[in-house]
Amino acid sequence: MIAFHSPQTLEDASALLAAEPSARPLSGGTDLLVQMRSGRVEPAAIVDLKQIPSMRGIRAHDGGFAIGAATPCTALLDDAALCAAWPGVVEAANLIGSVQVRNRATMAGNLCNASPAADSVPALIAADARALVVGPAGEREVPIADIPAAPGKTNLAQGEFVAEIRLPAKSASGGDAYLRSIPRTEMDIAVVGAGVSLVLDSSGTCTAARVALGAVAPTALLVEEAGAALVGTGLDDAALDRMADAVRAACNPINDKRGTVEYRTAMAAILAKRATRIAQSRAGANS
Amino acid sequence: MSKIAVTATINGDEQEFLCEPGESLLDALRMRLNLTGSKEGCGSGDCGACTVMMDGRMVCSCLVLAPEAEGKRIETIEGVAEGSVLHPIQRKFLEMGGLQCGFCTPGFIVAAKALLERDPDPSETEIRYWLAGNLCRCTGYDKIIRAVQEAAAEMRQERVVS
Repeated sequence: MIAFHSPQTLEDASALLAAEPSARPLSGGTDLLVQMRSGRVEPAAIVDLKQIPSMRGIRAHDGGFAIGAATPCTALLDDAALCAAWPGVVEAANLIGSVQVRNRATMAGNLCNASPAADSVPALIAADARALVVGPAGEREVPIADIPAAPGKTNLAQGEFVAEIRLPAKSASGGDAYLRSIPRTEMDIAVVGAGVSLVLDSSGTCTAARVALGAVAPTALLVEEAGAALVGTGLDDAALDRMADAVRAACNPINDKRGTVEYRTAMAAILAKRATRIAQSRAGANS
Repeated sequence: MSKIAVTATINGDEQEFLCEPGESLLDALRMRLNLTGSKEGCGSGDCGACTVMMDGRMVCSCLVLAPEAEGKRIETIEGVAEGSVLHPIQRKFLEMGGLQCGFCTPGFIVAAKALLERDPDPSETEIRYWLAGNLCRCTGYDKIIRAVQEAAAEMRQERVVS
């Protein structure tokens, strides 16, 4: 028999999760309930995080945004400031599943489910977002890329959970984008995903760039060499080709029915280039 | 552990029911409240046959735990018609052959109603994307899309020139 808990504070939630090794946190439930039904997880306790006030909603934080971990993906669309600052992140989160699923599913859940194909994760990594992790030992802020450890596994300790996703202040002349490849138009899992975040100076020269990939390795990747290939350039075709080379070199995908190694590797480079152009136009529009 | 008592507003009426902690809202609606209009197609959020409104947002009730409904406002297919008067979307589905076996229909009706309440004049593309989480294996979708368009037109009190 499962126990169902609805703690009101972060401390109580952490204590409940720490007390029962098989306990699972619940926010949107769109992965957890499917896993429970299939028997992949059999938690003795479910800790619903949605009654904790700070877990819901979006607030200004340090010039950027703090998004409560139980905030559903569709609620991001209702925040005009967030959509203006980080459109790639909001779009990535709203590629997940259907409207029904996105009305429940959260970016924090997408992150902690630790699927290599999670759509919001490369976009968050590109944006240099951080996760506020709460646990028995207190709070710590962790780069998004450091949360997933392997498919289905995180680096969170017993009793720890993600309480917030923190997005930094957006540069006035910055832009971001996320693209994915799927064989359908909706309701599918990324075969490849690419997130890019850029900052341009007044002459259009790229002064900072982060490129992140999904579904081409056991976890979403930050490809530092790909970002470095763009910095200091005017984002000419040669610079994008060098970026694409770095992307292909970083790919280590699986071969499965949804995509071969060759396809995923080639598409990662193409999507990273396209996402770079979108991020560039967004950055240009802002400068 | 004993069952959990849940109080929720279902189709406008406050209702209390007892459920298991790990029970889905869909099972509670069907088995405890005898609201069997919402269907289980897949149980994994892929098909949308179990679509209901929860606090004004459509969700797959198979992916909601029944205890999560505490204090929520739930609207199901049973609340769409007013007595014996069908909602325009229901009537257009009937008139235009927007269903064959009917298993997916409750989910499509609830989802289409949610769309038209937020956007009275969606494009065909917007309708198709909005309904992407509802699967139909009979109709091929076209008749469903036409029915939603016709219902939208009627609800806008316009006449579509055919």
